[in-house]
Amino acid sequence: MERFFELDGAQVLGPSLPLAIASIFVLAIAAPWVNRFAGRSAGWLLAILPFCLTAYFASFTGAVASGETFQSELIWVPTLGVNLSCSLDGLSLLFALLINGVGGLVLIYAGGYLEGHPLLGRFYSFLLMFMASMLGLVLSANLLGLFVFWELTSLSSYLLIGFDQSRPQARASALQALLVTGGGGLALMAGLLLLGSAGGSFEIALLQSQAEHLRSHALYVPAVLLILAGAFTKSAQFPFHFWLPAAMEAPTPVSAYLHSATMVKAGIYLIARLSPALGGTDLWIGTVSTVGVCTMLLGAWLALLQTDLKRLLAYSTISSLGTLTFLLGLGGELATQAAIAFLLGHALYKGALFLVAGSIDHSTGTRDVRVLTGLGKVMPITAIAAGLASLSMAGLPPLFGFIAKELSYEVTLHSSAVLITTAAAVTANAFLVAVAIVVGLRPFWGSRNPDLQEAHEVTTPLWLGPVILASLGLVFGVFPQFIADPLVGAASAAVLGRDLSSHLTLWHGFTTALGLSLITLSAGIASFAIRGWLVKAAARWGGIFQWGPTRWYDWALTALNAVALGMTRVLQSGYLRHYLMITLGTMFALASYSLLRHGALTITFDWSDIRFYEAGLAALILFAVFAVIMVKSRLSAIMALGVVGYGVALVFIMYGAPDLAMTQFLVETLTVILFVLVFFHLPESTIVSGSVSRVRDMIISVGVGGVMTFFVLLSTPDSQKALSDYFVTNSKSGGHGQNIVNVILVDFRGLDTMGEITVLTIAAVGVYALLKLRRRSELVETGSTGETIGLVTSAQLAIKEEPTAESQMSSMILCTATRFLLPLLLLFSFFLLMRGHNEPGGGFTGGLVAAAAFVLYRFAFGVAEVNRVLPFDPRVLMGAGLLVALCSGVLALFAGQPLMTGLWNELHIPGVGEVPLGTPLIFDVGVYMAVMGVTLSIILPLAEE
Amino acid sequence: MLTLLAIVTGCLYAAGTYMMLRRSLFKLILGLVLLSHGANLLIFTVGGLTRGHAPVIDAGEDVPTSPWADPVPQALILTAIVIGFAVLAFTLTLFHRAYQTLGSDDPDDLKLSDQ
Repeated sequence: MERFFELDGAQVLGPSLPLAIASIFVLAIAAPWVNRFAGRSAGWLLAILPFCLTAYFASFTGAVASGETFQSELIWVPTLGVNLSCSLDGLSLLFALLINGVGGLVLIYAGGYLEGHPLLGRFYSFLLMFMASMLGLVLSANLLGLFVFWELTSLSSYLLIGFDQSRPQARASALQALLVTGGGGLALMAGLLLLGSAGGSFEIALLQSQAEHLRSHALYVPAVLLILAGAFTKSAQFPFHFWLPAAMEAPTPVSAYLHSATMVKAGIYLIARLSPALGGTDLWIGTVSTVGVCTMLLGAWLALLQTDLKRLLAYSTISSLGTLTFLLGLGGELATQAAIAFLLGHALYKGALFLVAGSIDHSTGTRDVRVLTGLGKVMPITAIAAGLASLSMAGLPPLFGFIAKELSYEVTLHSSAVLITTAAAVTANAFLVAVAIVVGLRPFWGSRNPDLQEAHEVTTPLWLGPVILASLGLVFGVFPQFIADPLVGAASAAVLGRDLSSHLTLWHGFTTALGLSLITLSAGIASFAIRGWLVKAAARWGGIFQWGPTRWYDWALTALNAVALGMTRVLQSGYLRHYLMITLGTMFALASYSLLRHGALTITFDWSDIRFYEAGLAALILFAVFAVIMVKSRLSAIMALGVVGYGVALVFIMYGAPDLAMTQFLVETLTVILFVLVFFHLPESTIVSGSVSRVRDMIISVGVGGVMTFFVLLSTPDSQKALSDYFVTNSKSGGHGQNIVNVILVDFRGLDTMGEITVLTIAAVGVYALLKLRRRSELVETGSTGETIGLVTSAQLAIKEEPTAESQMSSMILCTATRFLLPLLLLFSFFLLMRGHNEPGGGFTGGLVAAAAFVLYRFAFGVAEVNRVLPFDPRVLMGAGLLVALCSGVLALFAGQPLMTGLWNELHIPGVGEVPLGTPLIFDVGVYMAVMGVTLSIILPLAEE
Repeated sequence: MLTLLAIVTGCLYAAGTYMMLRRSLFKLILGLVLLSHGANLLIFTVGGLTRGHAPVIDAGEDVPTSPWADPVPQALILTAIVIGFAVLAFTLTLFHRAYQTLGSDDPDDLKLSDQ
């Protein structure tokens, strides 16, 4: 049982962190009602909780910045030791603030953006569900908890992307995002399991403490590759980047929240979270930073070619995610600090820009940047927010984006491959400057396009978010020391595992990085100027992109469907014998492989120690089996089958199993009756299978039979028999019974028997339902032809006709004998029940004998007579039997014992002496009633047919 | 005797399988019964064979006379026999209904009801 791992020096908080996650889930459930009653202010109301949580998490900033971590757990399933354990350090804190703060703004925004949408309540619900999952992901102290929340974010993002479910494009994009991130999730799960088995724990803190051991472990390489596959798909890294632009089908608030600040950063979070445990090796640095650089360049270039606002932003987000991956891959103090600062800056400006894009769309009805100009005058507030955000994106002082970009240039200048990394970073950033101009500045300046007459400033919910996020970029840039530096420092310290020596400042003096910033800016403006030409040039080479990963995805999806269809066609032909052949063939192959490995070839057949009568009995059974196969007439086959059953019963007698033998004799008799009842009136089957299929089936059958024979010969009986010894020694002392089989059934394993008689009852109910259903459909048919015959009247008719038909069948001798036999058999069955605990007999055999007595009566005198003689309905009897058995078991609970424990008392009967009485005996009475009821309620209605 | 019963068990399985592959629902059900006999015998044989003494304690004793037959497989098989009977009854009723609806004993015709 894995207990919560207590980190040295961590403060324990009680269950507050898990409760924070749970509170958002609860709000998610309540959201539709809130929306219904609060109407237009629902977004504001729902945002209260995320804002409160933002304040709550912000209160930790001081402590976390000074190096403290907090732990918190909620006991979930105490008996299994399953707890929801959370921890809060700098990295979790930064994410928690972004998730709640941006989340609250997005909720308010959504209230305005989707105002009047019929499914707005559901939208709130999905968004909150996502928020809670994302918060859980970043707070989990355990890899398994992290994984569960990881998958929950995939699921809730599927619901959000496909929110506009009436459009096929939205559904396809949602499915694509789910398949790509879900596929990555599978890889991640495998990787986490490998990591857990390598480290011996799933607690992240414990894994971090044994980083050396992990890096030299044999499972390191597969674990890292699988985990990175999960992170790369989630964070839209090349070549899995294609789902992100497609996900722009989602309503804009979703894009702003999931695709800028939160979900796509989950992969980044995972890389950061695990880099103390797994990072630093060549494999890690090489894979992560290379993928990052490729994504950064590809995303920036593709962004430049787009004309749709949201797609521009989506590709630029891919580029930024690439930058983050690249920086985290390099590792080290500077790179980590740069990555965290970039992450914070990006969340602020990209969130703002996405919301602005939504506002423009909402106000003008288009997102095409070729059309959008001159909106500054009519949308002044939005324009200011957009301007600030895009300047931050372009990396201009005094905005926070500038600080982040300067830091990343410092990193490339100090990296081992200075030239390549610096050139790549400058190129990507230059393109992003151009994108920032296209997205945040171009739509607002100049003269207004005459097509945009309806453009107007948006309402408060729609400008509030962009303004706050963009202003934060300004505040953090001008005063980095107040909030941004403690946050970034604490988060970097969490990733590095040690405190940070340097701090964020706006002005570093005239450094090389500043020079690079100037180059970036001028190159960016230049690329904006020649953007038209670039787009044309790219169009000439556009053919390459049809071989891009989107094509692979489509191909893989088509192939998967084709394989599934093919498998279904092969495996599910609709012919029963094909299913049987596949099942038996597989069993035969697996079992014979296993048997050969265990020495089936070295087996010796021991022919000694066979007595004459045993050989005779075996021959009788085999002869009867042969007859069952060969005889033409159905009745003869049924009789031969009965002989097989009696033969098996004789085997039971020979080897000390009188209870089994009795049961087998009775059941075999009833089986033959059942077969005759069902098949007597049916015409003989005329289909004769061809010799080819006969030979084929014979080969399969002999194979199966051979495997079973070898299986029996190879399994040596357990000489220890600890279980049997326990039952044998405790049967009399503990179970007060001398028939050990019966004591096992009604006492030691009473709960199993309870389950078994329940199965019997269900089968009987099934039989009854099958027959009853037919009657109703028949009723409908007759009704439709005009001859309305009620159920009651048809039953009455049956009763009226029955005696004459029956009396012709039954003989005088049978009738007379049965009259005497019925009470005798019932008495005998009662005797079997009574003595069952000490000698062969018991509820099962007794119930069968009693049922057989009534069946015999039924054949002698007919349905009406047996219904008259039977004092109760058999279906009521079997229900009552179940109830009696159950009650006898429950009695133990009142005595403070576990369910089904036998309670015993000595009863003094004058003349006989002390007689032990116990609840297992009552249980056996229940079994007797149930078995009798079941048997009768199967056979009597069938006989009526 | 183990060898002999192993062969009988194998034959019951082989015959059951062969019957289940026939194009007749009647034979299929016969095959099912043969298979369940085979399974019961399998458990019984694998559990260890003891000639003679049943696992019943004589009056005045505390344990059965040695060598006693193992009661555990017996308890398993006893319920298996009765449940097998109930399931067989259900199968037969199902067949009965299928025959009434389709008018055929051929399992290949069962495909038609899917369409």
